[in-house]
Amino acid sequence: MSTTATRATTRQGAAGRSGNRAKRHYGTHIFLTVLAIMWLVPLGWSVFTALRPVASTNEHGYFSLAGAFNFDNFIQAWTQGGFSTYFLNSVIITVPAVLLTLFFASLMAFAVSRVSWKFNITLLIMFTAGNLLPPQVLAAPLFEMAKHFEVPYSFSDSGNMLNTYIVVIAVNTAVQMGFCTFVLSNYMKALSADLTEAALVDGAGIWRQYREIIMPLCRPAFAALGTLQVIFIYNDYFWPLLFIQSGNRLPITTAINNLQGQFLNNYNLLAAGAVITVIPTLVIYLVLQRHFVAGLTLGSSKG
Amino acid sequence: MSTTARELIPPESREPSGAPARKTKSGRVRRLSTRDKVVLSLMVGIPTLIELMLVWLPMLMSVGLSFTRWNGLDLGNIRPAGVDNYQYITQDYPPFWPAVQHNLLWLCFLALVATPLGLLLAVLLDQNIRGSKIYQSIFFAPVMLSLALIGIIWQLFYQRDNGLLNFLLGTAGTPQAVDWFGDSSVNIWAAMIAATWRHAGYVMLLYLAGLKGVDPSLKEAASIDGANAYQTFFRVVFPAMRPINIVIVVITIIESLRAFDVVYVINRGTNGLEMLSALVIQNLVGEGQVIGVGSALAVVLLVISLVPIVFYLSRTFGKESKE
Repeated sequence: MSTTATRATTRQGAAGRSGNRAKRHYGTHIFLTVLAIMWLVPLGWSVFTALRPVASTNEHGYFSLAGAFNFDNFIQAWTQGGFSTYFLNSVIITVPAVLLTLFFASLMAFAVSRVSWKFNITLLIMFTAGNLLPPQVLAAPLFEMAKHFEVPYSFSDSGNMLNTYIVVIAVNTAVQMGFCTFVLSNYMKALSADLTEAALVDGAGIWRQYREIIMPLCRPAFAALGTLQVIFIYNDYFWPLLFIQSGNRLPITTAINNLQGQFLNNYNLLAAGAVITVIPTLVIYLVLQRHFVAGLTLGSSKG
Repeated sequence: MSTTARELIPPESREPSGAPARKTKSGRVRRLSTRDKVVLSLMVGIPTLIELMLVWLPMLMSVGLSFTRWNGLDLGNIRPAGVDNYQYITQDYPPFWPAVQHNLLWLCFLALVATPLGLLLAVLLDQNIRGSKIYQSIFFAPVMLSLALIGIIWQLFYQRDNGLLNFLLGTAGTPQAVDWFGDSSVNIWAAMIAATWRHAGYVMLLYLAGLKGVDPSLKEAASIDGANAYQTFFRVVFPAMRPINIVIVVITIIESLRAFDVVYVINRGTNGLEMLSALVIQNLVGEGQVIGVGSALAVVLLVISLVPIVFYLSRTFGKESKE
């Protein structure tokens, strides 16, 4: 009864303010549209510049619609600018790093969330804290560790771990593992304890509980985290910058900075490089938006 | 296979078995076989070892190296230096205090401009207006980009002679044209606007999730009590989003300490864009390779970042450990 009364009052209130509210929405739309256009301008300008050949910008200037529009800059960046190599390097680093991160994080999350023992919280705090640190805090020792970790020249042409993909993959894994462990352990805690209890009664070992019961149930969390981690590691600029010295081994995100010097004053090519770098993330965003957003909010839902 | 089927039945529907399971909870660890114990210790041990070796050990080494003098070449050359490095960075190292100021400015800008803008966008988009999804996608798009790439994209926009901004201001090609990333009196502001482009979208997304979690009856109750939209938001809805607010505060602080990629892409963090994180790297990879000085800067960064980290962790795990 009280609900009907409530509804009546709100409807009345809404009716009384309806004119007002319509006006406010009108203003909101103007505000949002202006802001949205401002938001798109930097990216739009890059795409616009990238689509115009250098010849036509030289002739008509950068602020002109005149001249040809084509994909020449993209083709040149891809073939001569080395973007095919950089992109491959990104794949070589991102794929193993994401898989290892999710694998180790799931092991750890399973252990701390499904089996109760003394140091659960301590370990979880240790992992989460490691993830929140600015990476530059770890830079000097990690760089020196890699430099003084000697390996045969057949394994690495620098004679140590610098300039190898392995060190970039390992450090990315270690740094990202904390966040994934935190999210996955929260997810696993929300699964009923009876699931593994029942399996225990049936004589299933820890590994079978992990592999056959918990892992399949965590698929949504893996989809979200996997998408998020692909973006994070693909977008990582710092670790390759620190560890990799030969330009042709850099992943795309770090390599684009070198283009600034390499193609001095050829902003069209630089813009094309920037747009090429955006494309994979944009594709992931459009295809897996739901998972990406879920991943970002998963981490913060529990605070 | 019949076992898996049974286990997947929702627990509520098999209440009788729930009671004995609860009784044995305390004895759970003891029921593990030797094999299980080995598996478990590997499950915990390998990730923990990685985390210790590649995160915690380097962090402690940063602290240790900050009290030494070393050129990074021979391990035997590490000499104890006491607090010399700290004395040097605070007294004789010109970029140090500008860097601290810039880090603080960056934090204030994110906290007072970027984060409230994100909150405003979330509130506006949370009311069911037409095209909400399109607006969300637009504002969220920069979050997908790396900060390094954002530096490049804004460089194209900000350039002195061929940048769009100078063209729109009508100054392109004239002596009044501003090199937004090169001029040391404005470049920090230009860089912070570029960072806002990304940060606001991130905050918007988190608050949109937070706003959906607020019980609608709270808002209804407030409007029955005669609260207007502003009062409802600031007195009822905003306080109800406390968990998200804490996350946002921590993210804002940590992002401001991490403002490395943007400034390093622009000019390696020099000439008006000094940042603590960039100074660490300059001392590490520069000609001198003064590891001790770089580590001392890293420790300053570490100590500052421990404040939000400890705050966040005690909020998050404090409740659990009491349980």
